[in-house]
Amino acid sequence: MKIIVLVKQVPDTWGDRTLDLRTGWLDRGSSDSVIDEINERALEVALSYQDGNDAEVVALTMGPDSAKDILRKALAMGADSAIHLLDGGLAGADLLRTSEVIAAAATKAGFDLIIAGNESTDGRGGTLPSLIAGRLGVAQATYLDSVVITTDAVSGHRATENGSMTLHSPLPAVVSVTEQSAEPRFPNFKGIMRAKKKPVTVWSLADLGLDAAAASAHSVITQTSPRPARVAGTKIVDRGNAGVELAEFLAAGRLI
Amino acid sequence: MFQLSEDQRDLVAMVRDFATSSLAPHAVEWDQTKHFPIDVLEEAGSLGMGGIYVQEDVGGSGLTRSDAAHIFEELAKGDPTIAAYISIHNMVAWMIDSFGNTDQRKKWVPDLAAMTSLGSYCLTEPDAGSDAGALRTKAVRDGDDYVLNGVKQFISGAGCSSVYVVMARTSDTGNQGISAIVVPAETPGLSFGPNEKKMGWNAMPTAQVIFHNVRVPVGNLLGAEGDGFGIAMKGLNGGRINMGACSLGGAQWALDQTVAYLKERKAFGKPLIDQQALVFELADMDTELETARTMIWRAADALDRGAPDLVKLCAMAKRVATDAGFSVANRAIQLHGGYGYLSEYGIEKVVRDLRVHQILEGSNEIMRLIIGRTLADVH
Ligand SMILES: Cc1cc2nc3c(=O)[nH]c(=O)nc-3n(C[C@H](O)[C@H](O)[C@H](O)COP(=O)(O)OP(=O)(O)OC[C@H]3O[C@@H](n4cnc5c(N)ncnc54)[C@H](O)[C@@H]3O)c2cc1C
Ligand SMILES: Cc1cc2nc3c(=O)[nH]c(=O)nc-3n(C[C@H](O)[C@H](O)[C@H](O)COP(=O)(O)OP(=O)(O)OC[C@H]3O[C@@H](n4cnc5c(N)ncnc54)[C@H](O)[C@@H]3O)c2cc1C
Repeated sequence: MKIIVLVKQVPDTWGDRTLDLRTGWLDRGSSDSVIDEINERALEVALSYQDGNDAEVVALTMGPDSAKDILRKALAMGADSAIHLLDGGLAGADLLRTSEVIAAAATKAGFDLIIAGNESTDGRGGTLPSLIAGRLGVAQATYLDSVVITTDAVSGHRATENGSMTLHSPLPAVVSVTEQSAEPRFPNFKGIMRAKKKPVTVWSLADLGLDAAAASAHSVITQTSPRPARVAGTKIVDRGNAGVELAEFLAAGRLI
Repeated sequence: MFQLSEDQRDLVAMVRDFATSSLAPHAVEWDQTKHFPIDVLEEAGSLGMGGIYVQEDVGGSGLTRSDAAHIFEELAKGDPTIAAYISIHNMVAWMIDSFGNTDQRKKWVPDLAAMTSLGSYCLTEPDAGSDAGALRTKAVRDGDDYVLNGVKQFISGAGCSSVYVVMARTSDTGNQGISAIVVPAETPGLSFGPNEKKMGWNAMPTAQVIFHNVRVPVGNLLGAEGDGFGIAMKGLNGGRINMGACSLGGAQWALDQTVAYLKERKAFGKPLIDQQALVFELADMDTELETARTMIWRAADALDRGAPDLVKLCAMAKRVATDAGFSVANRAIQLHGGYGYLSEYGIEKVVRDLRVHQILEGSNEIMRLIIGRTLADVH
């Protein structure tokens, strides 16, 4: 069983996260970059299967040079090897381009199962796993709160607005997991010391047979502005009519 | 040596995550309820903290003393008491790993490294503390066994540990008559005094360990008869660095809390951090910790290299770091005003915890004795 876990480098949610208002891109220098916590959970799902079964776990990221730090963290936690998709032509890649590149890399590497986070804490597109499954032509089971992996299938639960559903799929497949899926382990000292000795493969667009000159985004952000300052909320003082006023306020905001 | 390597940064980052999530949120409660969190220690063991500088073939992490110094400072930011116990436990695991034979290493070290079994270091006696060479607990050879009789005082982990490394007298020839013997918890005749009521270090038990005709096989002797005092002192070299590092961590946490508090707390129309007198005090606290840290790193490096002056450097580092740690934490109470004195803020707890670091693993007077001897040339 070969499992590829998709991991993304994101700004630490503890710090202030800012956009570069000129480029519309994330200002990566303004906060610490870390492995997205949702991806640690995705990795935990793979590693806990590996604990009791024969499986190879590969951590894959597409990102700038500094993303190698999150690969090292994934290797320290227990991934066997890592793949870094690194190419200057990927700066500003959108979901379509990202899915194309990751799908090409997954095909080149080979896989039985791909596990991703349901949505990243920075981009929050929430659609990359589906796009990748679409491009690969394999089944997808997204937004899983729990995952059960067997030698030839994957299943899990997804919460819906009015209940829950159980999804089953034969392998190969792409799944994405939620915050509920698993509590990530800490890497232990031995894992940390061994991480550096594990193989990390770096692939450029040319290595994947993709056109390095192709546009990295199909749509671009043309304008950004900072979030407006918070203003004081509306106060309703009860002069016998507060219930109606409150209902009107909520209705105006389309909250009821 | 004055900069963390990439590996060390990764090690410290993991320890920080562990200390922040598994120690810090419970530290005040464990102190108040005198709770020794054995489950959390087992978690620490699974991360490699039970045998930090124990060899890998018996489950150790195979790291250096310099790595350990960074690890203990970071652990102590979460809870100095638990960090200090982990240091004592590591000392025990390292003594068996370093001085034990293959059978002894295979028998005891893997569980100690995993912290599924805990260790205690038994040197001090009711009438022999600083003058450890005057200890009187006896181990008398009887066929293939040793029979131990005597009392050990102030033993950390007593009653909860599975493995006791006991320094006992096998002959009446002073320091040369002391041997290190492993006594498993379940041995008949071994008993424990009540948990001592004490100023700090409440999250771990401290009690007497009492030997009444305790019989263990001769195979439990570490090294040769008469090696015990040397083994005990070698264990303490590293213990002193770790204890100093625990003082640094506790005090650094208290300083960080203080800086944040002074920025927030307003008096006389502005934040207290705008009072230059207080900023100068913070600057002194920071400088004292940084000075001590430099000394700890240097001593750890000397221990890693087996430098000829390592005993002296370990003693100096322990003295400087435990004094600086207590002093800085105590001043952190002052700068917090009345709130520093309340248990809820955790500062007074750290002060109580760090106080004992000046007393144990060789009191700071004994550190001066060790350093002074190298100057006066007496041994
Ligand atoms: C500041 C900023 C500006 C942007 N500007 C534009 C723009 O101008 N035009 C535009 O079209 N898009 C833009 N994007 C979207 C951006 O390109 C997407 O964030 C990116 O393609 C990944 O999508 P996502 O993180 O939203 O994916 P999601 O679908 O939310 O991610 C789900 C999971 O997919 C995996 N995953 C996501 N990204 C990676 C990766 N790089 N490597 C490995 N695994 C990954 C992870 O497992 C993740 O948990 C911008 C995003 C940001 C943050
Ligand atoms: C909470 C706690 C946990 C402990 N854990 C352990 C443990 O796990 N294992 C263990 O073996 N021991 C342990 N100890 C014992 C500790 O190491 C001793 O308390 C310490 O070595 C001091 O010995 P003492 O208490 O007998 O003091 P004493 O030796 O009686 O000293 C009293 C005072 O005289 C000073 N003094 C003594 N001799 C000299 C001298 N020659 N010159 C100048 N000053 C001197 C001392 O510094 C001290 O200030 C622990 C103690 C405490 C309080």
